[in-house]
Amino acid sequence: MDTYLFLQHYWWLIISLLAGLLVFLLFVQGGQTLIYTLGKTKAQRDILIRSLGHKWELTFTTLVTFGGAFFASFPLFYSTSFGGAFYVWTILLFFFVIQAVAYEYRSKPENFLGARTYEWFLILNGFLGTLLLGVAVGTLFTGGAFTVERGNLALTSGNPIISEWQTPWRGLEALCNLQNIALGLSVFFLARILGIHYFYNDLNDSEIVRNAKRPLLISSIAFVICFVFFLISLFLSSGQQEDSVTGMIRSVPYLYFHNLIALPWISVLLALGIAAVLWGIIAALLQTDRKAIWFSGAGTIVTVCMLLLLAGYNGTAYYPSLCDPQSSLTISNSSSSLFTLRTMAVVSLFIPFVIAYIWYVWRIMDKKTDSGKEEPLEY
Amino acid sequence: MIPLNITEIVAWSRAQFALTAMYHWLFVPLTLGLGIICAVMETIYVRKGFPLEWKKTVQFWMRLFGINFAIGVATGLILEFEFGTNWSNYSYFVGDIFGAPLAIEGIVAFFLEATFIAVMFFGWEKVSPRFHLASTWLVALGASLSAYWILVANSWMQYPVGMSFNIETARNEMTNFAQVALSPVAVMKFIHSVSSGLVTASLFVCGISAWYLLRKREPFLAPRSLRIGAVIGLAGSLLVAWSGDGSAVQVARIQPMKLAAMEALYKGETGAPLTVISLLNPDKRLDNDEPIHYAPIQIDKMLSLLATHRSDAFVPGIEDLIYGNAAHGILSTREKMERGKEALSQMTRYVEARESGDTATMKQVQALFEPNTEKGKDFKENYFRYLGYGYLNSPEEIIPNIPLTYYSFRIMVGLGVYFLLLFAVVLWMGRKSIENKKFLLHLLVWSIPLGYLAGQTGWIVCEVGRQPWAIQDLLPTNVSVSSLDTASVQITFFLFALLFTLLLIAEIRILLKQIRIGSEH
Ligand code: HDD
Ligand code: HEM
Ligand code: HEM
Repeated sequence: MDTYLFLQHYWWLIISLLAGLLVFLLFVQGGQTLIYTLGKTKAQRDILIRSLGHKWELTFTTLVTFGGAFFASFPLFYSTSFGGAFYVWTILLFFFVIQAVAYEYRSKPENFLGARTYEWFLILNGFLGTLLLGVAVGTLFTGGAFTVERGNLALTSGNPIISEWQTPWRGLEALCNLQNIALGLSVFFLARILGIHYFYNDLNDSEIVRNAKRPLLISSIAFVICFVFFLISLFLSSGQQEDSVTGMIRSVPYLYFHNLIALPWISVLLALGIAAVLWGIIAALLQTDRKAIWFSGAGTIVTVCMLLLLAGYNGTAYYPSLCDPQSSLTISNSSSSLFTLRTMAVVSLFIPFVIAYIWYVWRIMDKKTDSGKEEPLEY
Repeated sequence: MIPLNITEIVAWSRAQFALTAMYHWLFVPLTLGLGIICAVMETIYVRKGFPLEWKKTVQFWMRLFGINFAIGVATGLILEFEFGTNWSNYSYFVGDIFGAPLAIEGIVAFFLEATFIAVMFFGWEKVSPRFHLASTWLVALGASLSAYWILVANSWMQYPVGMSFNIETARNEMTNFAQVALSPVAVMKFIHSVSSGLVTASLFVCGISAWYLLRKREPFLAPRSLRIGAVIGLAGSLLVAWSGDGSAVQVARIQPMKLAAMEALYKGETGAPLTVISLLNPDKRLDNDEPIHYAPIQIDKMLSLLATHRSDAFVPGIEDLIYGNAAHGILSTREKMERGKEALSQMTRYVEARESGDTATMKQVQALFEPNTEKGKDFKENYFRYLGYGYLNSPEEIIPNIPLTYYSFRIMVGLGVYFLLLFAVVLWMGRKSIENKKFLLHLLVWSIPLGYLAGQTGWIVCEVGRQPWAIQDLLPTNVSVSSLDTASVQITFFLFALLFTLLLIAEIRILLKQIRIGSEH
């Protein structure tokens, strides 16, 4: 494999990993949808929100970094998808903006909108943030109605526009695709499961844990149904693949299933990831296991990462165009230049260091204080 | 296909970007400056052996920091993705270069802030005092690092360096990371922006402290905060003035039209005078002989001195830049448009040759875009660098909004001088006598909004002054935009205007309440 191709694969791996981390960290959003279900009293809701409040920044920052990294490594995706599927992304962002202030402002006196409104901001972010993110990731398999014409830049009359969306719905049409919806709902229910697993781990309050039993069972069943539906439809569907010789893109039936066979290590890791998620779910259902989050969390990261690798590796178009296959984006036709990818690869060496200090800080912050004193600057 | 009205879409997209960026910049300066001020205060707390009053003082300012921080994050998210949603052509054309600072910002700066801010707020009882202090400094460092990288991105748009155009992919590609990351424009912008944040935050701290003094409240917090605020504010003001002068010199060199607009200079001059203040004549046009200023106060040769640091240097005016000035080697805008069109037509030639499989022509064009050869260098320096002009319809399009740029610049600089004096007077007064100077204390309270005004007008000078360019000389805004319909952008514009305004009101009310509560939480 030549260096350029290698770096393109490397960066697709980083993007996939960031996506996996992001979906795992959506446990914050999942937890947010449960604040009324689990928190019957104001005091209980305070406990739940405080517990999530220490972590929400990380999810948010991962989303920002995911966007930045995607921009730097695959700029054509950034310009095609964000400018084209405009409404999906804008609505998604809107529901993240309202989250960012909610934790800080909810319990402050004279907060203008009232504590309830901020709680609803959290709940809306929890529902729509997860669902829409899932749908948006779903379009990496189901594609969008766009064309890409680089030569248009040289047009001095008419529109010098490179990426053009061909439907007036600007991405909302993705919500009418069953496969996208299945993935969106899977992400939503998984986030709820992870949220409950997180509460099991972080809180020892027996009443909250008791309240979580039913929603956990329902979410677990719903997740399994949606996710199995998504997997089956994925492996039955066709995809677009780049011919390594001519560079032409053509439709290939059962492409994602072929990819599983062509890249056996991905199949193995995918199976392990799914098994870990299921193991975490079962452990939590059977005995409210505090360690369940370790399995379901790690499993989520691996599963999402492997799904995205299936979408991009093996010459697969990770963003298929529904109206002009030659416009479809593959990791080789949409990436940054060799120089940029190489520079960014050096920057990516910071990532383990970042993860290490986050880990370290979380560990000390999760220690219980000896004095039992309340922290003065709590949310 | 949906017919597009590019002019309208560009106008609304610009309005939306300006709206979100200006909202963002309402919160960012305080995050930058107050972060550093909190860290300084906590350092004093640790050095004095952990007295409780100091702890309360630090925690008071940190609470205000936290309230402001949350909304800064919220507005920033929209900005980042707006490059994709509203400026998708732009994102393609330069994504290879522009994306990198945004990604680096996330990896090295945002995570630093997000992680250690948790320690800063919730870690008082959980970590050692020194670790806590280090965390506070790391939060301040993270904020400044993120400012650095976003300003690298912004500076590259003002002064595109370290790249070459790839004809095959039809985009600019990075060839020299150091030139992008260490661009002198970025360094100067960073110093100017961070020190302006320090000034804004110092005004904030001093104003609130003055309010307490007027009310005879917070006898410990108020005088000490006022003093720290004034020291940091004075240092910040000096740095702002120095880097502001440095920025102006750079503007004169790389964006002469912006400088001409900042000064409403129509005819270039050697030994040009500086107009300190005047009323602009609204009827003045490029092609009439109306006077430019009413009641101007001017200083001889000063503009030349400021812009180039030489009193007899030539400063080109708008007319020189439009019609050209052979004596000073300035091409006319028409000529630049011709050359830009030539560069564009070579690109078209290449696209057509590729479609018809005409490899000979492809090779010919490729040779022009090969900057390491003599021919390629010539083409880059004499044709490609004017690429953006090729999209223009008339030379006048390169003139930015003059009154907005001109007045904004004067407001910023005037306020800069005022802040410098204000902080100096506060320090000179000393602690005891200032407590009786009602007028000065009131002045400090009412100066809080002026810090914000200076920052906003600064960005207006910078961003409005560079119109019509999204990337200086290479890409005008109307070629940067996404293919949206006007209604979509209008919807999101009003959506964000409403949302951000609601959140701003909430933020101000919460801040005011916390200030009324004071340090005894
Ligand atoms: C000189 C400083 C400066 C400038 C010019 C900008 N920002 Fe900013 N930004 C900051 C300084 C900053 C900051 C002080 O570092 C913030 C405020 C709160 C925070 O976490 O970081 C921030 C937050 C912030 C966030 C949220 C980060 C998080 O999750 O923690 C994003 C996505 C952006 N910014 C993006 C942008 C974009 C796309 C800009 C271009 C117009 C921009 N900022 C201008
Ligand atoms: C946070 C401080 C900033 C403020 C207050 C600000 C202000 C503005 C304003 C007022 C405009 C509209 C200009 C006009 O349409 O006449 C604008 C446009 C724009 N600015 Fe900024 N800006 C800021 C930072 C940045 C940064 C850091 C970048 C790049 C990273 C940037 C990139 C742009 C772009 C792409 C546009 C739209 C295209 C254009 O009109 O040129 N801005 N900004
Ligand atoms: C003391 C005299 C000052 C001078 C001579 C000065 C000069 C300048 C110049 C020439 C620019 C435009 C740079 C460009 O377009 O690239 C600028 C931008 C700016 N100024 Fe000032 N300034 C002064 C004071 C202030 C003050 C007091 C503040 C705020 C508290 C401030 C905040 C800003 C900001 C935020 C920008 C936009 C960022 C940038 O371009 O660096 N300035 N200033």
